[in-house]
Parts: sequence; structure tokens; C-alpha cells
Amino acid sequence: MDTVTTANSGEKTWGGGNEPMGSSYGKLMMWFFILSDALTFSGFLAAYGFSRFKFIETWPLADEVFTHFPFMHGVSAPMYYVAFMTFILIFSSVTMVLAVDAGHQLKKQKVTIYLFLTIVGGLIFVGSQAWEWKNFIKGEYGAIETTGGSLLQFVDKEGHRVALADFAATLPEEREQLTKDKGKWFMEEAALPTYSVAEVQAGFKAHPDLLIRTEVIDANKKKTILSREESEKRLTQATLVVEGANLTRNEYGSKLFADFFFFITGFHGFHVFSGVVINIIIFFNVLVGTYEKRRSYEMVEKVGLYWHFVDLVWVFVFTVFYLV
Amino acid sequence: MSHEHVSNTKRIWTVFGILSVITIVEVIFGIIKPEALHMNNFLGLNLLNWLFIILTIVKAYYIVYAFMHMEGEKSNLRNAVIMPLIFLVIYLLFILLTEGNYIFEVFKDSTIKWNF
Repeated sequence: MDTVTTANSGEKTWGGGNEPMGSSYGKLMMWFFILSDALTFSGFLAAYGFSRFKFIETWPLADEVFTHFPFMHGVSAPMYYVAFMTFILIFSSVTMVLAVDAGHQLKKQKVTIYLFLTIVGGLIFVGSQAWEWKNFIKGEYGAIETTGGSLLQFVDKEGHRVALADFAATLPEEREQLTKDKGKWFMEEAALPTYSVAEVQAGFKAHPDLLIRTEVIDANKKKTILSREESEKRLTQATLVVEGANLTRNEYGSKLFADFFFFITGFHGFHVFSGVVINIIIFFNVLVGTYEKRRSYEMVEKVGLYWHFVDLVWVFVFTVFYLV
Repeated sequence: MSHEHVSNTKRIWTVFGILSVITIVEVIFGIIKPEALHMNNFLGLNLLNWLFIILTIVKAYYIVYAFMHMEGEKSNLRNAVIMPLIFLVIYLLFILLTEGNYIFEVFKDSTIKWNF
């Protein structure tokens, strides 16, 4: 009295053991988890796109922000480091898929080695991201924020960036950081910048060949550089010295840029981190022979799906933050 | 087929090669930024950015189809995962980017100044 016809007509439809869409329960759920997570990331990246289109004329240029490479101080090397990170992640994806492939043939030794390499790749990637964050937070040149909230950076005659430390004057002034123990319990302020606004202004006056670069992108897709007179005028509106980046303001330009950078790469980095943890758990399961006893390495395949997804997201983050 | 147990290592290394080449091409274009591509727009986006986006989608295709082995899954699973994603992402991007551009024009053309 079988009224339901399915592809697995030989089995009972409701008795369990059925595989909808020809895929096991675990794999199917992993796919749909990945789908929902992909939509989450799409939402974040679309929000980034929204803010960027909103401030399209003043958005920071990525190749001026991410210019560091390990052991190469003062050399502007845009893209290379992040390309290296991309390779690490793609390669750890390859070792993961090789582990899955070895799992299909029940080769425990090979699965162990490839899974280990995948974990190492993941750790290198997370470490690289931490280094990238460190440089981003520390900043390089420093900038000035005006009363209107726009950001002013300093360049020399040739248009090369000049750091605040290279020209700011030292004035006989003292300004103490306000902390809870010096005021009321709710009174606090962020760490004071190395130079005060007055020191930057005095330093600028003392160096006649310095110019100010605004956030506005001109027709040649470069940031606008003001003339000396305009620069001096603009600098009178200075209110804050900005060094490095945090969630409130950053020396690279639009405040939202740093927020999105921290949030999206942070969320992705957290995914990589959890992926590494899950991979480690599965790695030990492989070592003690759990899947050997089951005669199935499907668990490796499932965490593999997650790991490839992390790589997939990075491909998009890479494009959106560093290329476009 | 997802239950086939033949080794796929050759295909894996081929895909790795493709992904590496695409990444290298992206990085080279990102560094030299050819004038002809960078300065010409198509649908509000310059050609260089179009190139990057297309190459990224090609990379995504290879990761999903080869590494995640989507090509071996049944077509109803493929459609159930990929179709909603593509549809919703295109829809979301369309409304958000249009709105972002609209707000940009409001600030640009009106007397309200956001940032000065």
C-alpha cells in the first residue's frame, strides 16, 4: 500500500535512512548553513557597497592604506601581502580537498597529513590577519580632522605622504589625559595623540613646502592636493589629531571604512578561527581512528565544506576591500 | 557523482592552478591599473572593477563546483543552494547600491553638507 513514490522506492520513505537530494543529513544541513552564512556575508558586503556609494567621492584608496610587507619597512608594497594571504588560504583549501579525496579511499595516513597541513595554513592566515590589523590600527602618517568631520593628510611638493612626526613642532604645553580617577567616575577620554593640534599647526607653518591633501578624489582618481594658501586656510579648522584607526575615527579617511574593515575581516577571521578549531577536533578524531572504524570519512567532507566556504568568502572580501 | 570513490587529485591541482593564475592576474591589474580600463566606465563602474568582479565570480565558481564538489551533487540540491543566493544577492546589491548612489547625489546637489 505504498502511496508515495520516491526515487528510493525500495526503502521506506518515513522509516529513516532516506537521503533527500541524494545527500546525507549532515552534508545537507552543512550546505544550508553555508547558504545562510553566505547571505549574512553578502549583507555585510552589500552594506559596505552602500556606504561606499554614499561617499563615493571621498572613500579611501585601498592601495594607499594596505602597503605593508613584513621586513620591508618604509617600502610601499600594496597588494603583495594580501595576495600572499589569499594564496595561503587557497592552498589550505587544496590540502583540505586532498584530505577529503584521501578519505574517500580510506587512506588514514594521507588524511592525517593533509588535514594537518590545512590546520597550519589556517593558523598562518589568522596570524597574517592579526599582523594586518596591527598595521592598520597603528597607522603610519597620522592626519588632522576638521570641525566639519573631514580628514586632512599631509604631503610634500611631489605629493608623497609626510608623517606628523616629521614636521610637528614641540611646544611647551602640557595636556593631561582625563581618566576616571582624576574626574568623576563617568569622565574619561581616549589616549591622547602624540602631538596636539597646535603643534601640528605650528609645524606646518614652519615647513613652507608642505601641502594638505583632502579626501576628495579628483578626475584622475587621485586624492586632491590643495595649494599652500588653501592648505593654511583649511588647517585653521583643525580640531583633532588622528593617529591610526579605531571604530570612531581613522587616519585613512571615511570613518565607516575602518568600521567595515574591522567588522567584515573580523567576522571572517572569526570564521577562520572556528574552522581551525573544528579542523583540529576532526584531526584528532582521524588520529584515534574514529572514521576508520566507521569506514567513512564523511565528517572530513563536512568540515571540508565549511573550510572551502571560508576560502570562498575571503575571495570576495579580497576583491571588495583590496581590489575594487 | 558524490558516492564515487575515484581519486580526483589531477582535477584538484588543475583547479588550484586556475585559481592561482586568476589571483596573480588580479594582483597585477590591481598594481598597474591600466588607464584604458580604469578610466572608462560601464554602468557606473569602471572596466577594471568589472574585470575584478568577473574574475572573482569565476574563482567562486571553481571553489564551489570543484572543491566543494557541487558538480557531483544532484541538480535539485545545486539549485536549492545556489539559486536563492544568486537571486537575493543581486536583489540586495541592486537596491542598496541604488540607494547609496541616491543619497550621494542628495548630499552633492543640495545645500546640506555632510563633511566639509
